[in-house]
Amino acid sequence: MPTYQLNINGESRSVEVSEDTPLLWVLRDHLDLVGAKYGCGIALCGSCTIHLDGVAVRSCAISIAQVEGKAITTIEGLSEDGTHPVQEAWKEVDVPQCGYCQTGQIMTASAFLKDNPNPTENEIKDAMHGNICRCASYTRIYKAVEIAANKMAQ
Amino acid sequence: MSTQNKSITFSRRSFMKTSSLAGGGLLIGFNLFNACKPNAKPPVNLAELDYNEFNAFIQIADNGAVTIFSPNPEIGQGVKTSMPMIIAEELDVAWKDVYVKQGVLDTNNYTRQVAGGSQSIRFGWDPLRETGATARQMLVNAAAARWGVDPSECSTNEGVISNAAGDKLGYGEVVNEAAALEIPEDVTLKDVKDYKIIGTDAANVDIDKIITGEPLFGLDYKAEGMVIASVMRPPAFGQKLETFDDAEAKAVDGVIDVLKFGDKIAVLAKDTWSAMKGKKALKAEWKSDSKLESTEDHDKLLLGLLDGNKFETLREDGNVKKAFSQADKVLERTYESPFLPHNCLEPMNFYANVTEEKIHLVGPIQTPEGTAKNIAKLLERDFEEVHLEMTRMGGGFGRRLYGDFAVEAAEISNLAKKPVKVVFSREDDMADGIYRPAIKYRIKAAVKDGEVTGYHLKEAAINSNMYGLIPNFFPAGAIENYQVDVAKYQSNITTGAWRAPYTNFLAFAEQSFFDELAEMMEVDKIKLRLDLLQKVKGTTDERIQYSPERMEKVIKTAVEKSGWGTKPEGVYQGFVNYYCHNSHVAEVADVVLENGNPVVKKITCVVDCGIVINPLGALNQIEGGVIDGVGHSMYGDFGFENGVPTATNFDRYRLIRMKEAPVVETHLIQNKLSPTGLGEPTLPPAGAAIANAFKAATGKRIYNQPFIKYPELLKGPEKEIIG
Repeated sequence: MPTYQLNINGESRSVEVSEDTPLLWVLRDHLDLVGAKYGCGIALCGSCTIHLDGVAVRSCAISIAQVEGKAITTIEGLSEDGTHPVQEAWKEVDVPQCGYCQTGQIMTASAFLKDNPNPTENEIKDAMHGNICRCASYTRIYKAVEIAANKMAQ
Repeated sequence: MSTQNKSITFSRRSFMKTSSLAGGGLLIGFNLFNACKPNAKPPVNLAELDYNEFNAFIQIADNGAVTIFSPNPEIGQGVKTSMPMIIAEELDVAWKDVYVKQGVLDTNNYTRQVAGGSQSIRFGWDPLRETGATARQMLVNAAAARWGVDPSECSTNEGVISNAAGDKLGYGEVVNEAAALEIPEDVTLKDVKDYKIIGTDAANVDIDKIITGEPLFGLDYKAEGMVIASVMRPPAFGQKLETFDDAEAKAVDGVIDVLKFGDKIAVLAKDTWSAMKGKKALKAEWKSDSKLESTEDHDKLLLGLLDGNKFETLREDGNVKKAFSQADKVLERTYESPFLPHNCLEPMNFYANVTEEKIHLVGPIQTPEGTAKNIAKLLERDFEEVHLEMTRMGGGFGRRLYGDFAVEAAEISNLAKKPVKVVFSREDDMADGIYRPAIKYRIKAAVKDGEVTGYHLKEAAINSNMYGLIPNFFPAGAIENYQVDVAKYQSNITTGAWRAPYTNFLAFAEQSFFDELAEMMEVDKIKLRLDLLQKVKGTTDERIQYSPERMEKVIKTAVEKSGWGTKPEGVYQGFVNYYCHNSHVAEVADVVLENGNPVVKKITCVVDCGIVINPLGALNQIEGGVIDGVGHSMYGDFGFENGVPTATNFDRYRLIRMKEAPVVETHLIQNKLSPTGLGEPTLPPAGAAIANAFKAATGKRIYNQPFIKYPELLKGPEKEIIG
């Protein structure tokens, strides 16, 4: 099996896996970074969302061979201690019910707000529409993104 | 404590009962207590302190910080936060000094470690309060003995005991002595007005771990030497394994072994991706051992049951036949629902390590005790050899009441002699489900002289029928001639509980029917409901557990808060009131037409669930339940073709998403009644609320779920759909 050199959360990590292994399973099974969750495996639920060169992508649908040389950020590297404005907003609103989808929601929201610091209601809803919350905590997710946008604007 | 008046006193007998639930460990814990410095509560990481055991629920550290064990499984319903809040309230400690840990399965010290039926808080309310109050009283008695005063001269506040002379002792200082004392004959519980924790907002106790991606869920669990098992099961219901060829599967990098067990084949690999790839490379042939059923068959069979006469009668008042023969007007309607998969976002998974010494199980399970017992029985081991740890769960919705995945993990570990985690793919999760059964209802009402004189509800369901007190829900007791009949068809498709079993569709059927009944009677829709409730007041029928007074209050509050009947033109409303899982709910949906299409903008939800432990968590449950109810009514489309599910992933199974979620405005009825659950009761009414609003908006009435099967609905207000 080939060895890959990955840049994850600012660190260089080496893994030996088959080339078709999705980044999600490299993170979860080989690097002990379990913040990105498995939900569907076909890029439709958003639970596995991470940042690749600052862009939100679905780690279940991107293979390790495609990410070499790119900067990978997972929820574990979004902030040192859970104090990214989006994480703080999530805490302030107390968004989660079961909590399983929330890291993916946070990664989608943080990438979105970086590019759209003053979003409209519809822009927030469009941006978050790809992430399923089976507990349907959508009203709180919306509110938290709005609060995070305000925090980031300050 | 200033709560001697008006508070409830529990006798020792009552405590001993509690003790078996809550604190058999009390005596065991005593010799572990250590004295501590008074009032020493520096800012520390509560998780890293050394704690002294007090009982199965409570540990107190030297500095007075408290660990409270939450006994019940956490599936997102919030009990890991709310149940410890109840203990902390009566123990009289500050919530910020409490660290919460998930309790393991422990049948000696806890009872009913189940997440289901919205019953954790309802059944936990008395025992959890008694546990906290008993521990508090023992700490007070110890301090009083040291001071040589009567315990009645002592008071507590946030973990500190004071006497009349102004002396103070921290809980941590007297735990040793408290442990040596008799369990009090009786304990006094606080009056509602003195609550400092119950009724205040508490954040999810796992919030920091959730937002930073720390391992919490079953799928995150790892153990030394653990292998992943991906299991191939029969592709259609009604099939058995004939032969299989594992040569290609075994050739996949990372695959360790392939094992047959029963009609299933497990591919064991060193990681999840290799296990999934190995399963794809497996070749198997299957044979049918019973009929391969399709949705078309089910529809015919269930409608046939409704037309037939093979019913079991669950409740019969008066004579419905006579009422119908004497009626001025009769309304009869049929309502149909599909099977539904649960689709917990964390797919089913479980860890098992079966060794000669013990069976170690870890994972997400709503029924730890039953599952541990099933596994012990299957492997012919003693129940005492099973150690089960519950992880936080990525949703439950009823699916994790069934421990099939945990049993598989134990079977495979037992065969492989290895620690194994079974992991379902999304496709496995949706295709190997224990589904909400397809159900059809036929409701018939008789009207004479402007009164509802007869009501006959028939249920035809796959595999199992409504149970318990459901046949006695509203409008039972309000109509003189009333009958509930049920019939079922035994299918080889596995079915089970799905969030708010039976009522999740029954509420839609009945509350849609009431709307149409009011239209036929030409009476106000709210008045019809209120008039019926009048007739239940003062009932002596013990099967009637809904309260007409509480129902009336949620209805009137919903009318007021939703602006019922006063909305500007273009806003169409639908009304529902419902009782299930011991809570009373009314919902009003606001729908507008956008390009001729009805769009749900807002749901006003009024809930009477008694005392609300944690309003922050309660609102989340309520909003989630409402939106989940809207989502599955609108989009939940699932069935079978020759035994094979019609969808196995989110490409063909639609779940509600952000842009479709309405605003939910919640109003909680304030009272001092014992709390009831919130995980389920707001879901069932949502479907009828929007269907009734769609009718108001478009003139079209919906009889079947999901609503997306009504393409006409999207064409604007012209033609009538009659079911």
